[in-house]
Amino acid sequence: MITLRSLAISLLVFCNCSAIAGSKVIGTGGATTIEGSAGGGIVPWAVINGYASSGQWSVTGFGNQVGVDDFSLRTIGAGFSYGNQLEVSLTKQTLALETIGGDLKQTIVGVKYHVAGELLYTEMPQISVGAQWKKHQNFELPQAVGALDDQGIDWYVAASKVWLDAFAGRNLLLNATVRATKANQTGLLGFGSAEDNSYQLMTELSATIMLTPHWAVGAEFRQKPNQLAFADEEHWRDVFTAWFINKNVSLVGGYVDLGSIAGLPNQQGYYVAVEATW
Amino acid sequence: MVNFSGKPATSFLLTFLASMLLITSCAKTPQPADSLYQQLGAAAGLEQLVDGVLVEIERDPQIVHHFKDTDIARFRRLLIEQLCQLSGGPCQYTGATMQESHTGFAITPADFDNLVNHFIKVMTAQNIPVASQNALLAKLAPMYKDVINR
Repeated sequence: MITLRSLAISLLVFCNCSAIAGSKVIGTGGATTIEGSAGGGIVPWAVINGYASSGQWSVTGFGNQVGVDDFSLRTIGAGFSYGNQLEVSLTKQTLALETIGGDLKQTIVGVKYHVAGELLYTEMPQISVGAQWKKHQNFELPQAVGALDDQGIDWYVAASKVWLDAFAGRNLLLNATVRATKANQTGLLGFGSAEDNSYQLMTELSATIMLTPHWAVGAEFRQKPNQLAFADEEHWRDVFTAWFINKNVSLVGGYVDLGSIAGLPNQQGYYVAVEATW
Repeated sequence: MVNFSGKPATSFLLTFLASMLLITSCAKTPQPADSLYQQLGAAAGLEQLVDGVLVEIERDPQIVHHFKDTDIARFRRLLIEQLCQLSGGPCQYTGATMQESHTGFAITPADFDNLVNHFIKVMTAQNIPVASQNALLAKLAPMYKDVINR
């Protein structure tokens, strides 16, 4: 948890000179996914990270931790956004193979561009297109189990919309994302395989209810490819609650079901994320 | 500022049950006591809301310059009138269309966001329930396209 601690420290340091935040309404920057893109926990949304509205810029620091039966994933990264239009992120992932031994690491550079619609204000959903360039840092194991490449690019289109006063007076956020990917287990097991190196189209869905402006609960589904012969890869699911304490700090806690990973079935456990935004 | 009651799930459930009751009772007789206008505090509540928003605008360097030539007394009266009509109250909005009244101001998305934040802040300070806040915001949000970049 060193990453989370250092994030908390930097947060304390910066918080004194902060209270600086952009104009966007609280919660509308979303949280940050394990791949560094603004969204839920595992699904990138069309929202742009931080609170920068038109003519403003924003910086976000984040750390996530996932703990399931035989693995734990630690993510740390930073994002930048401008004008509620452009989002750029840099993320480091470390997957500890607690039963198998060792770890797997990759670096992700994300870019997202908001092309149409306004999350809260227009009939049309907010639409964004994005790319995640992923580079594996220690490719020996993924190569040994059949992965072809140590790097790959995921491309996605996301649509997000908030329905104000949708349900029992609460605001509902729905998101649908289509991703083209060659990544095995998000890239932690490399990209492509000897048998098939073509892009796979995957659907990812989220539904979130804002209980108050500061509290949200939601659920996500992420369809996964299954390209490596050595072990099945299964779809991911989670449920989460998010607390947007203010525009500078948010916390997310959740429960994830990652299915089978590298031959070890029923990988379920917790998800926590902390995010600081200026 | 932090609107955390410590029991969001409970209030959510109560609101849900209340709205279910409302749906069944509304089918028979209209319930003016439950209208959004009443939830916002009727005439007095709307005056308080608009006055609160005016104070926030005055303190907001992002948007206050848009009001430098505005007749604030008239603006206040028209905004109260508009919110009254929008929320189902006994008023008729007599001002210009949103598109007309914002033309030439070059309102940016950030300006619009700021005004939304001011509404939320003031409604929260007035203890207007989240459901009623959202119901009003749902009526204001579609004005975005008529207000922005005119």
